[in-house]
Amino acid sequence: MFRPSHRRQTILPVVLGTLLASCSKEAPPELDDAALAFQKQLQEQFIRAQPGSVITIPAGVHPINRGLSLNVSGVTLRGEGMDASVLSFKGQLQGAEGLLVNASDFTIEDLAIEDTPGDGLKINEGRNIVIRRVRTEWTNGPHEDNGAYGIYPVQVENLLLEGSVAIGASDAGLYVGQSRNVVVRNNRAERNVAGIEIENTFNADVYGNLATDNTGGILVFNMPDLPQPGHSTRVFGNRVIANNTDNFGAEGTPVASVPAGSGIVINSNDRVEIFDNEIADNDTANIIISSYYATGYQGTREMAADYDPYPETIFVYGNRFSGGGSSPDGLDLKALKVAMFGLKGSFPDILWDGYANPDKLDAEGNLLSEHAICIDNGDAEVLNADLGNGSDNIVVGADQHRCVHDKLPAVVLAAPLEKL
Amino acid sequence: MRECSICVVALLLGACGTAQRDVQVFPPDAPPENLSAWGVLRADGNQLVLHANVIPYELSSPLFSDYALKLRTVWMPEASAATYAADREFDFPVGTIISKTFHYRKAEDWRDDYFSVQYAAQEQADNSVPPLDLERQWLLETRLLVRYADGWRAFPYVWNAAQTDATLEIAGELRQLTLRKDGEVQPVNYIVPDVNQCGGCHTPDHTAGTLRPLGPRAWQLNRPYAWWQDTGSQLNHWRERGLLLSAPQMQVTMPESLEQRARAYLDANCAHCHNPAGAADTSALHLNIDAPLDRKFGLCKTPVAVGRGSGDHRYDIYPGRPEESIMVFRMQHTDPAIAMPELGRSVVHTDGVALISDWIAALPGEC
Repeated sequence: MFRPSHRRQTILPVVLGTLLASCSKEAPPELDDAALAFQKQLQEQFIRAQPGSVITIPAGVHPINRGLSLNVSGVTLRGEGMDASVLSFKGQLQGAEGLLVNASDFTIEDLAIEDTPGDGLKINEGRNIVIRRVRTEWTNGPHEDNGAYGIYPVQVENLLLEGSVAIGASDAGLYVGQSRNVVVRNNRAERNVAGIEIENTFNADVYGNLATDNTGGILVFNMPDLPQPGHSTRVFGNRVIANNTDNFGAEGTPVASVPAGSGIVINSNDRVEIFDNEIADNDTANIIISSYYATGYQGTREMAADYDPYPETIFVYGNRFSGGGSSPDGLDLKALKVAMFGLKGSFPDILWDGYANPDKLDAEGNLLSEHAICIDNGDAEVLNADLGNGSDNIVVGADQHRCVHDKLPAVVLAAPLEKL
Repeated sequence: MRECSICVVALLLGACGTAQRDVQVFPPDAPPENLSAWGVLRADGNQLVLHANVIPYELSSPLFSDYALKLRTVWMPEASAATYAADREFDFPVGTIISKTFHYRKAEDWRDDYFSVQYAAQEQADNSVPPLDLERQWLLETRLLVRYADGWRAFPYVWNAAQTDATLEIAGELRQLTLRKDGEVQPVNYIVPDVNQCGGCHTPDHTAGTLRPLGPRAWQLNRPYAWWQDTGSQLNHWRERGLLLSAPQMQVTMPESLEQRARAYLDANCAHCHNPAGAADTSALHLNIDAPLDRKFGLCKTPVAVGRGSGDHRYDIYPGRPEESIMVFRMQHTDPAIAMPELGRSVVHTDGVALISDWIAALPGEC
C-alpha cells in the first residue's frame, strides 16, 4: 500500500522505451584537446596525491569523460565555488560514478559535479570525511535516466556533510549509507526521488536542511542483509516542504516504494527522533512510518534472521505541520483517503502502516512502551493503516501514541572534525 | 624436448645479435618510461618475445575485457619462488613481476589509422601463446604488477603504433576500435585504466586497501597450457621448475558443470569487488567462488543502491527467470550507470550473458 501501485503500469514501458532508445543514442560529446589535457592532469594529480595534498579545481566548466578516483588519505579537493568550478560528466564513457574516493581524512568543498551517468560523488569506506558546499546536479531536472545518487558516502565514520546541494538524482540526492557518527546539516535537496536518505546508519543528526520538490523529503531507512543495521537518528530543525514530484526511480530500488508526496519517511529503522521541523504540503503525508513489509519486496523467502523489519522507538514531537495528505500517490492510498476523509479531506499528518513485531506487544496488542511509536505533537494525529491485518482495524487518532522516549544525545563529531 | 626448444629460441635470439636484456626491478617511485626497460617482454616489430626466465600462464576462467586476448606472464627473482595456497592467490616473493598484455587479432581490413580487430570464440589460448606474431596480433597495452617489500604496485603501459615498445601512461588512455565478432561489427571505446583504477579491481580487500594479483590462484591455474606442450597442469611445471613451494601434485581440474562454469565466471568477473571484504560489500552481494549459494549470492536478494541498474527488476537472481534477474540485466548493458562490472567492459560479453542466463534458468525455486 505504501508502494504506489500505478507505477508498474506507467513506468515500465517508458523505461523499456528509453533503453531501446539508448542503443541509438546520440554520440557523447567528444572532449577537445584542452579538455583532455585538463582531465589527464587531474587524473595524474589524484594518482600522485600524498597525504596533505590539496588539489584545486579552477573556475569554469570542465568536461570529463572518465571516472575519477582517489585512493590516498589526507587529501583536500577544492574548487572556487559550487557554481563556479564545475566538473561536467555529460558523455562520461566509463565509471559508475563521477568521483570515487576510497580514502580517509578527505575534504571536498566548493565545486559541482554535474550530469554523471551513475552516481556523482561516492566515498566508499573512510573516516573523517568533510563534504561542504558541493553541488551535484542533473541539469535536465528529474528524469529516470539520471544517475542514482548525488552525494553518496557509504561505510564511513565521522562524516560532516553540510552546505551542499543535490538536484535531480533518480535515487537519493544526499545518501548516507552504512555509516556512523554523521552530521548532515544546512543542505538543500530538491527534485530528487529521495532528498536526503540515511540508511543502515547509526548516530546521525540531520538538521537545518531544506528538502523540497522531491518524491520523498527525508528518509531514514534500514535494509536487510547489510553489514550493519541502522538506529539512532535525529531529524530536527529541517524544512520539508511540498515533496510531491512523481517517483522517477527505477522499480526494484528501495526508494521506488516511496509514494510521491512523502515528507519524512522512516522505514524499518529504530530510535528515530523527529522534532522541531517545519513539515508542510506533502500530499501523501507529512510523516510516514513504515516497515519493510509495506515495501512489498519481501517475497516468499524467509527474511534474514538478524534483520528487524519493524520501525521501533520512534519519537515525534514539536514539529510544525501544515497542509499535506490531501492528494496521496497510488490508487490504494487515494481510495483509502477518499473513503475515510472524503474527496476534499486529508490524511492526518502521520501515516503508520501498523506492522508491529508480535513479540513486542502488550496484552492489548500495543507495542511495549520502550518500542512504541510516540507522538507528542499538539493535535497531530496518526492513521494506523493496520496493513498487517488486511486493514481490518484502521485507527485514526493520537491516543495510542501518547508517550515519550528519552531523547537521543546529540552527535558529536570526533577529532579532527570536532571544531567544525 | 620443451627445455630444448626454449634453448633454441634463446640461441636464435642471441644469433640475431639482439642480446637479451636482463629483467630489472625498478623502485616503486621510479618506474621506467618504457616497458622494454623491465626486460620482461620485448617486441622487435615482428614478434613479442619473453625473457627466458619469464613464464607465461593461462587461466581457466579469465576476466572479460572487451574480447581482448591476454598474454599473462610471471617472473620471479632467481632462486625465489611463490608459495602455494589452496584457496587464495599465491604468495609471491619480493621482486616478482606479473604482466598482462592485452592484444587483439587484426581483422583483414586493419590499418594503422583504423584499428579493426577480430574475435572468434575458442581462439584465446592459441593466439596468446608466446612468442606473439605481430603480423597477426596488435598489442594494445601491458599492465605490470610488481611486488615490493611493502606490497604490490601497478604500472600501465600503452603500446606505440610501431609496436616496438610501450610507454607508461599512469592516467590510462582511451582507444576507439572496431570489433568484428561472428560477422558483427561494433565500435569499442577501449579504456586503459589509470593507476588508481587498477586498484578498482586489484584491491579485493577494500578495507586493507592494498593491491593484489587476482588470477594466480590454484583453481584458475590448475589447467593445461599449450606453451608447455603437454596436457598436464601448468602448476606441475611451476613446481618442477622450483617456482612454486608447498604445492601438491596437481590433477587438472577445470570448471565443467554449468554451475561450476557460472560460478567460475562470476568469481573472475565480479568477486574482486563482490566479496565479503570487497569494495562492493556495501551491496551485501558476495560472488566469490567459495561463497554459499544463498541470498547473499543474489538468490531472491533485493538490491541496495542499484539505481537504474535494477532494470525494474526486484531481485539480483530470480531462479528460473534470467530475464527478470538484475544480474543478467546489468551484464547486458554498457551504460556506465547500469553496466557490471563497472570497469573494463564497454561491450556486452554475449557468451558470459548466455552462461549466466542458462545457469539462472536452471535454478529451482521461487522468490
